[in-house]
Amino acid sequence: MVGFDEGFAALPFAALRSAALDRAASFGCRHADLRIERIRTQSVVLRDARLEGAVDDVTVGMGIRVVRDGAFGFAGTVEIGVDAAASLATRAAEAAAVTARAGGEAVELADEPDHGTVEWTAPYRVDPTEVPLADKIARLGAWSADLLGAREVDHVTASLLCVAEDKYFANLVGTVATQRRVRLQPSLEALAVADDSSSFETMRTVAPPVGRGYEYLDEKGWDFAGEVAEIPELLAEKLRAPSVEPGPYDLVIDPTNLWLTIHESVGHATELDRALGYEAGYAGTSFATIDKLGHLRYGSDLMDVTGDRTAPYGLASIGYDDEGVAAQQFDLVSGGVLVGYQLDRRAAALAGIGRSNGCAYADSPLNIAVQRMANVSLRPAAGRGPTTDELIESVARGIYIVGDKSWSIDMQRYNFQFTGQRFFLIDHGRLAGQLRDVAYQATTTDFWGSLAGLGGESTYLLGGAFNCGKGQPGQIAPVSHGAPSALFTQIRVLNTRAEAGR
Amino acid sequence: MTGRGSPGLPAAPDVVEEALEASRATACVVIVDEVSDANVRFANNTTTTNGVRRDRRVTVVSVVEGPSGTRAGVAAASVPLDIAALVAASESVAADSEPADDASPLEPTGSDADFETPPEMTDLGVFAPLLEGLGPAFASARAEGRVLAGFASHELRTTYLGSTAGGRRRHVAPTGAFELVARTADGSASSWAGVGTPNFADVSLAELDAQLRHRLDWARRRIDLEPGRYEVILPPDAVADLVLELGFAASGREAEDGGTVYSAGSGRTRIGERLTGLPFALWSDPRAPGLECAPFVIAPASSADTSVFDNGQPIGEVYWIRDGVLDRLRYHRAGARRSHVVFAPPADNLLLALPGVQSSFADLVAHTERGLLLTCLWYIREVDRATLLLTGLTRDGVYLVDGGEVVGAVNNFRFNESPLDVLGRTIEASQTVRALSREWHEWANRTAMPGLRVAEFNMSSVSPAS
Repeated sequence: MVGFDEGFAALPFAALRSAALDRAASFGCRHADLRIERIRTQSVVLRDARLEGAVDDVTVGMGIRVVRDGAFGFAGTVEIGVDAAASLATRAAEAAAVTARAGGEAVELADEPDHGTVEWTAPYRVDPTEVPLADKIARLGAWSADLLGAREVDHVTASLLCVAEDKYFANLVGTVATQRRVRLQPSLEALAVADDSSSFETMRTVAPPVGRGYEYLDEKGWDFAGEVAEIPELLAEKLRAPSVEPGPYDLVIDPTNLWLTIHESVGHATELDRALGYEAGYAGTSFATIDKLGHLRYGSDLMDVTGDRTAPYGLASIGYDDEGVAAQQFDLVSGGVLVGYQLDRRAAALAGIGRSNGCAYADSPLNIAVQRMANVSLRPAAGRGPTTDELIESVARGIYIVGDKSWSIDMQRYNFQFTGQRFFLIDHGRLAGQLRDVAYQATTTDFWGSLAGLGGESTYLLGGAFNCGKGQPGQIAPVSHGAPSALFTQIRVLNTRAEAGR
Repeated sequence: MTGRGSPGLPAAPDVVEEALEASRATACVVIVDEVSDANVRFANNTTTTNGVRRDRRVTVVSVVEGPSGTRAGVAAASVPLDIAALVAASESVAADSEPADDASPLEPTGSDADFETPPEMTDLGVFAPLLEGLGPAFASARAEGRVLAGFASHELRTTYLGSTAGGRRRHVAPTGAFELVARTADGSASSWAGVGTPNFADVSLAELDAQLRHRLDWARRRIDLEPGRYEVILPPDAVADLVLELGFAASGREAEDGGTVYSAGSGRTRIGERLTGLPFALWSDPRAPGLECAPFVIAPASSADTSVFDNGQPIGEVYWIRDGVLDRLRYHRAGARRSHVVFAPPADNLLLALPGVQSSFADLVAHTERGLLLTCLWYIREVDRATLLLTGLTRDGVYLVDGGEVVGAVNNFRFNESPLDVLGRTIEASQTVRALSREWHEWANRTAMPGLRVAEFNMSSVSPAS
């Protein structure tokens, strides 16, 4: 087990597996999976270039899920040991029996073959959680100092989140998967207050979080120095910018903003557990119900969206999911029509649509796996395709939106509202300065129906988040979304000051 | 409620002593959180997932005095196999660190007589009456064309805190919530009810189910309304959704930096300024009846207004808004000293009241000539920090009130509103009762709020969701 944490690699996996799975089998459980995980999470926060707080946290634990008497049972503990593994299986089997008595439909899981004993490691060079804190403080501190040194900037917050996940999975059919992945999220936000204190504006870096190693900060995939250098002037211009005139605009949306719109309006809407009503109590359902599969007009002909758990550097990429299903790539929307869903094994069996496409994930060994999002991405234009500038040139009156900020969407994924970091007025094909107080609001199918232009491969970027929330108890999941720059026509733009009655 | 312990885990008080003994730092704080929880979920008239979990987190804070200042280092782990190694890790983080902006002397924390008592444990047994009722509730829902979904969760968190400055504290925080959603089989109407509880003794499935049936009956008549500004009646749960945001934003440091709704410019805050015309009180209190929580600071990490140096400091009643005037913002001790304000750390609960009101929530409805009765709010996000403008959706039940009576169900809306403006436009409040924020209860379970009747609530657009 090269590359895995030493303490994790030294755990007596075979003995723990036998203890847990044999005990589960003795209760007559039809399915049982054991996960043993070590998750190291670090955060560093600087305020005005001074350290505000740092956390270095390690969770090691075991979780076991069984299907017994047609019901799920799950138990998790931070206690690691052979006896603990066996008694954990007993607790899971008892939990299944208790809930089975409350009645309801029998749990079925879609078949998945035995993948044997496999290892998978994400592509990275330097585990970010192994880099000394001093190095992280120094890097964030230097960027913060650069920003604070600018006349336009009053305050700066900087943060870096780093995670390393070591995961052992074993189930009753014989799959034993040991996997490792890392991720990091650097972020800086500058605040400028107007000279007369009458208003303020903020601007955050739009560098995406990625499933890469610490080498990401050395200009592998993002020009951090370049972005930090341009923020003071952009922020000063934003502080002086006119407030937007509300009304319909053509929008050229940068992938640093569009990833979140894809996440909310396509990613969550094409989760089959939601579409079938299993999240009705919390996250919600979906307008894209299964009776519409194959014919729902989701967007214009230009719209092709895939789910993918194999994309290099994707935050949701993995070898095998938390139900032992091999990672896959699959179509969700083709030519603007709904053609697929993200699945776990239960939802796949409920809908009778064959094998799971591998979207089960648990954020902790102490949480049961639920269907979570694959890297759901919008395909760029074929061939060379337009550049972002060329998309802007095609617009008479519009707004170019960069970076994500505020987001909200309803429980069936119809009505959404998003803001951003930077808004540039487009006047006859040219950028004509920034605007303030912009939000765009639309209904999902109207919005995607207005998709009128896709940027080419050169505009494509994998954005994403560490903290997508779902499930009860709440779980967070990291996920990436690839997108090109794209043009949407006649979208409703609000003025957020006017919305506040100012 | 005591379930099986965990014989394989060393006792928490021993972990505290062993870590403090291993410390080579100038000072050291050890926090052991012992968590036991159980949960059951259901949807589509069937139970779905569940879990029983045993978690533990050991946090070591090492304080190192040096020539350039005081540094702190934090290391945490679920179960350190080697406690000395965890202590050493926190010391190496401190060595790697910069002098801390939030440094304050560690002070003796006082001691609790029950420090040596084992942690409290829960299991699925806490839901026994609820689970017995679920099967029959599913059956009648199926027979009557309703679909039930919901979630029950119960957590017992026992915290042990020890410090080289002296003192051993122990606190048990019971946190429970039950939520029930009923939908018509065609999905055209739905309603939600939620309750916060320390022990589930006060949760009645039958009562909540009946309440939701009544609301689905209201929805037999459907009325489509356009976006616009409406008089609304917010139940206490929805008030909690909005008012918790007032609390989240109440950082003193961030207000001084000029970036929040509490900023007055030039490094000043709005403390002392009138925020609402009505004499609202917004406060937290670790001894608030039914909402009890830790009476001392438990801070496993530092932030803009929380400090690891303040671990063990006593928490008392704090009024954030008094008589409609902003009275305090959150500071850690070092920040309070710098800004010449009183150090007043917040308890893990939040209460809002309009002193002297006699109205019940039913009175608010009866007093409404024409308005919208809401159930709960959803997907609430900050749109503009300067005004604390929030956006979000109405969810699971919007009802038209005409002449003091509910006359039918209305479509959902997206709103854009600031909670300060909502308090400012309040026409009438009801008595304060325990409330459960649907949006935030997982992070903020303990709230008590009034219902509010509010003028000109901004419904920005219609949401077709149901």
